Amino acid sequence: MTDAPLVKVRNLKIGATVYPPGERPQEIEIVHGVDFDLAPGKVLGLIGESGAGKSTIGLAAMGYGRGGVEITGGEVFVNGRDILKGGLRRLRALRGAEVTYVAQSAAASFNPAKRLMEQITEATIHHKRATRAEAEARAIALFEKLGLPDPQNFGQRYPHQVSGGQLQRAMTALALCPQPDLVVFDEPTTALDVTTQIDVLAAIKDAIRDTGVAALYITHDLAVVAQVSDDIMVLQQGRMVEYGHTDQIINAPREAYTKALVSVRSIEHAEKAPTQEPVLSVQNITARYRGTDKDVLQNINVDLHPGQTLAVVGESGSGKSTLARVITGLLPPSEGQITFDGRVLTPTLAARPLEDLRELQMIYQMADTAMNPRQTVGTIIGRPLEFYFGLKGAEKQKRIKELLDEIEMGDGFVDRYPAELSGGQKQRVCIARALAAKPKLIICDEVTSALDPLVADGILKLLLDLQKIENVAYLFITHDLATVRAISDSIAVMYQGQVVRYGGKSQVLSPPFDDYTDLLLSSVPEMKLGWLENVIAHRKMESAGH
Amino acid sequence: MKNIPISAMIGLAFTAVYFLMAIFAPLIAPYGMAEVVGDVWEPSSSQFLLGTDSIGRDLLSRMIYGGRTTIFIATMATVLSFVTGSVLGFFAAVSGGWIDQALSRFVDLIMSIPSLIFALVVLSVMPTTVTMLILLMGLLDSTRVYRLARAVAVDITVMDYVEAARLRGEKIGWIIFRETLPNALSPLVAEMGLRFIFMVLFVSTLSFLGLGVQPPQADWGGIVKENKEGINYGIQAALYPAYAIATLCISINLVADWILNRTTSLKGGRG
Amino acid sequence: MVHPIVKLVTQRLALGLLLLFAASILIFAGTTILPGDVAQQILGQSATPESLANLREELGLNDPPLTRYFNWLGGVLQGDLGTALTNGRDIADSLAARLKNTMFLAFWAAVIAVPLAILLGLLAVRFKDRWPDKLISGVTLATISIPEFMIGYVLIYWVAIRMGVFSSVAIVNDSMSLGAKLNAIAIPVMVLTLVVLAHMMRMTRAAILNVMQSAYIETAELKGLRALTVIRKHAFPNAIAPIVNVVMLNLAYLVVGVVVVEVVFAYPGMGQYLVDHVSKRDVPVVQACGLIFAAVYIGLNLVADIVSILANPRLRHPK
Repeated sequence: MTDAPLVKVRNLKIGATVYPPGERPQEIEIVHGVDFDLAPGKVLGLIGESGAGKSTIGLAAMGYGRGGVEITGGEVFVNGRDILKGGLRRLRALRGAEVTYVAQSAAASFNPAKRLMEQITEATIHHKRATRAEAEARAIALFEKLGLPDPQNFGQRYPHQVSGGQLQRAMTALALCPQPDLVVFDEPTTALDVTTQIDVLAAIKDAIRDTGVAALYITHDLAVVAQVSDDIMVLQQGRMVEYGHTDQIINAPREAYTKALVSVRSIEHAEKAPTQEPVLSVQNITARYRGTDKDVLQNINVDLHPGQTLAVVGESGSGKSTLARVITGLLPPSEGQITFDGRVLTPTLAARPLEDLRELQMIYQMADTAMNPRQTVGTIIGRPLEFYFGLKGAEKQKRIKELLDEIEMGDGFVDRYPAELSGGQKQRVCIARALAAKPKLIICDEVTSALDPLVADGILKLLLDLQKIENVAYLFITHDLATVRAISDSIAVMYQGQVVRYGGKSQVLSPPFDDYTDLLLSSVPEMKLGWLENVIAHRKMESAGH
Repeated sequence: MKNIPISAMIGLAFTAVYFLMAIFAPLIAPYGMAEVVGDVWEPSSSQFLLGTDSIGRDLLSRMIYGGRTTIFIATMATVLSFVTGSVLGFFAAVSGGWIDQALSRFVDLIMSIPSLIFALVVLSVMPTTVTMLILLMGLLDSTRVYRLARAVAVDITVMDYVEAARLRGEKIGWIIFRETLPNALSPLVAEMGLRFIFMVLFVSTLSFLGLGVQPPQADWGGIVKENKEGINYGIQAALYPAYAIATLCISINLVADWILNRTTSLKGGRG
Repeated sequence: MVHPIVKLVTQRLALGLLLLFAASILIFAGTTILPGDVAQQILGQSATPESLANLREELGLNDPPLTRYFNWLGGVLQGDLGTALTNGRDIADSLAARLKNTMFLAFWAAVIAVPLAILLGLLAVRFKDRWPDKLISGVTLATISIPEFMIGYVLIYWVAIRMGVFSSVAIVNDSMSLGAKLNAIAIPVMVLTLVVLAHMMRMTRAAILNVMQSAYIETAELKGLRALTVIRKHAFPNAIAPIVNVVMLNLAYLVVGVVVVEVVFAYPGMGQYLVDHVSKRDVPVVQACGLIFAAVYIGLNLVADIVSILANPRLRHPK
C-alpha cells in the first residue's frame, strides 16, 4: 500500500447495551479490537456471519452507533483525522460529506413522504458541496450511470413508485452525490432477488470504479464480496479472523474458518433416477387467492418419487410457496388434483383424513415463528407422537430422545424453550417435529435461507442423511440455486406462476437453457474472481448478437 | 420473582392493602356504614380519624365500606368484560370470515358512541341496581377487550406454529388453549389492570352523577357527591375518595406496566 | 378516472353517515326496546293504571317500535328533537344555547391542551429516558388515575378556596363579556386540559417515537443533518397523520369529559342538561343529547381517518 491510507482503524472496540428479559440491562463488548487500513479508491470487503460485527464496524467509520451501540475504544482516522475526537459537530460535518452510507433496505431507508431527488441531493446541498442545480445535474448523471429508467425524471418519483432494485440504485446515487471519499455499503444487495442482485452489483461496481471513491463493502456472501473488493477482512464474533487480498482469501485461505466459508455449499449429492410410482403427483394445478382474479399458479404438473428430493426454485412472486399451500390444503386449487401415495388428496385441509396429514409434514423458513415460544422442545417434538401414535410417558420420552439423537442434539435439550436455542438448533427441532410423524413427504419451505451459510450447510447435510435413513421425500422450495445443486434429484424452475423447466437435476442444469433458467443460473454469484465481469460481458455480447 | 422492580413492588403492596380492606371491611371499619355517630363534618380526631361526613357518619368507615362497593363492582365488571370480550375476540379471530366481520362491525358500532353517554342513555330507562351497573359497565367495556383479544389472537394465528398445528390436524380447542392463549396471556393480563382502573373511574363517575350506587350504600364516587358542598367551606371530606382512587389506580398501573414490559422483553428475546 | 383519494374519502364519509345512522338505531333501541317501562319509570311505583295508560298513549308507546323510530328519526332530520317530558319545552330550543356553551368550554380547553400536549410530547421524545420524560410520564400516570370530577374538586379546593383565585362555579350567560366568561370557566378549562393532556401527550410521544425509529431517520442522521433538521424535514411530515389522529381521539374524549365537568361546576351546557334529564328519566331529551354526542364523536373520528388518508404519500401519489 503506497498511498497514505484514507481510513485507518486501530484497536476499534465497540460495546452494546443488551436487555435480557427480566434482568437488568448489561453492557457487553461486541467488537474486540479490530485494525485495518483503506487506501483512497480501494474497496475493502467486511465479511462474516450474523453477529460478526461487520455492520457495526462499517457504521463506526461514520462515528455512528445504532440503538444502544457505542464505540468504547480505539481510533478511527478518516483523511488523517481521528473522527472519534471532536464531538458531534465534527461528526456531522463528516457524515453525508466525506463518508456516506448505503443501507440494506433502501425501501425503509427512504422517507416515504418526499420525492427521491430531494432526498438524494439533500446532503450535498446541506454540506455546501454543490449548488442545488449542480447537485441535481450530478444526480441525473448518476441515475444514468446506474442504469435507472428515464434519468431526467426519475428523481420526481416517490420511493413507493419505484421497484426494490431501482430503489437500491437510487440509494447508491444518494451516497455518491456528495462525491464522498468513502462509501459504506451495508449488504446493499442482500434483500434483492438473485437476477436483480447481479445488475445492482454491476452498477455499484461500475460506479465505484468510475468515481474513484473508496468503499467498505459489508456482506455475508463471500462470492458477492469477491466480485467488488480489493481486500477482504473475515470477521467472526467481533474478532478479525483473516485479512488479505481478495485473491488470497478466495484462492488460498489460511484460516480454517475462512476455508469453511470458501467451500460452503459444495455438498456432493448424486442424482437418483426416478424409480417406481411417484409419492406425490401434482396434476394440472391452477390456483388463485380468494378475492383476486389472477391465477398465481397456472397448470402446474410435477412428480416427486419416494425418498427423493424435488427442488422447486424461483424468485419472489414465482408462486413456489403457493404451491406448498395448495399441496398442504391451505389453499384449495381452482383446477387440477394432487395424488399422494396413490390416493387423491381432498382439496381442503379440513376434509383430509388424519393419515394424510401425518404422512405429509412441513418445515418452515423461520424456525422462530414455527415453534410456540411457550412450549419446550420436548412438548414440541412430543405432540405429534402423542397426537398421531398415542404415545405417552416413558415410551414417548424414549422416542423424543431418539429423535433428538437423529438431529444431532442431545436429550439435554428436552426442557429448553425455543428462545434458548441458536438458529440452527431451532431448525433442527422443527425437522425432528416433522420426522416424529413418520412422514412420507416433507415440504421444506426455504428452510435454510434465514440461516448463516455454514449453519445452512449443516442443515442440508442433516436432511440428506435423514433421507437415507427414513426414506422420506422432500419437496424443497428455495430461491437459492446453490442449495438446489446440493440437495435435489429433480428440479422444477418456476416463473410467474408457471413451471418453465422441469426434469432431473443434470438435465435441468445442462444446456440448452430457456431464457429464464439461463438468466437465473448465470446470476448466481460464483466464488471466483472476475465472475461478474464475465457474465456482464457475456450478456452484452448476447444482446448485441440478437 | 426476585427481579420485581421497586415501582411494581409498591404497586403490588398498595393493591393488596386495598383489596384486603375491601374484603375485611366489616372487621376493620370502626363504625357501621350508615351509622350516624357524630356532628356534621367534624374535623379529624382520635375518635373519627378522617372526621365525619355531611350527616355525621364516620368518614373512615364510609371510605372503607365505599372501597368495598367500588372495588367489588369494578372487579365483577372487569371479569364480565374480560370473559365476554376475550372469548368473543378469540372466537372471531380463529373463525375469521363472516363471523369475524359481523362481530367486529357490531363492536365498531358500540364504540362509535362514547361509553359514558351510552351508559347514561341506558340508565335513563333502567333501574340503577348494582347488578345492572355491573352488567352495563362489563358489557360496554367488553368491546375494548374484544378488540385487543382479537388483535392479539390474529397476530398469533398467522404465526407458523399455529399453521403447523392446523396442518397436524389439531382441533380448535387445542389451537385456542394450547397454542394461542398462552402467548396472549401477558398482554391481556396487563390490559386487565387498565380495564379495572377504567371500571373504578367509571363507577365512581356514575355514582357521582347520582346514577350509580344509590344511598345509603356507600361508594367512593357517592361520598364525593354527598360531601361536595363541604369543599366551599374548606372541608376536605370530598377529597379523600380522590386520594384513595388515585393511589389504587396508580398502584395497579405500575403493576400493569411491569407486566407489559416483561411481555415486550420476552418478544425481544424471541427476535 | 377518479383519483383514488377522492374515492377513499367518499367511502369514509359514507361509512361515517352509515355509522351515525346505526348509532341512532342503537340509541333509540337502548331507550325503548330494553325491558324497562318508561311510563312506569316516569310516574313511579305508585302510579295508577289509568295514568300509566294515558302516558303510554301520549308518548306513543303503543305504536310498534319501528314506527316510533322512523317518526323520531324523521323529526330529527328536520331539526325537530321533540318536546321534553318534564317541562314540555321544545328540546331543540333548550339545546341550542347549551350546545353553544359546551362548545365554548370545549373550544378553550382544546386551544390550551392541544399545543401544550404536542409540545410536551416532543419534549418527552427529545429527552427520552431522562428526567423530563420521566416527570412527564409520572404526571401522566397520576392524571389518568383520577376521575375528571375529582380533579375538579381538588382544583376547586386548592385553587378557588385555598388560593382564592377564579370561581368555583362556572355560571355564564350571554350578557357577560368574553373576559368575564373566560374568568368563569378558568377552572373547568384547567380540569379538562389536565384530563386530555395526559392521554394526548402519551400518545403523541408514542407516535413520534415510532416515526423516529424508522430507518429513514437513520439515513437522515447519516447525512450529517442537525437533530432539529431531521425532526423538521423527515420526522414531522410522517408524524402529522398519527398526531392528528391522537388529537382527534382526544377531542372526542374531551367531549365526554365535558359532561362530568359541567355537572361539577354547574355549567349550563349540554352535559349537565343530559345528566339532569337522565335522573328525571326524560327519554326524549336523553335520546336527543345522546345522538348529538354520538354525532360529534363519530365526526371527530371521521376527521382523523380522512387526515390519515390525505397524508399518506402512497395514496396521494399512486403508481
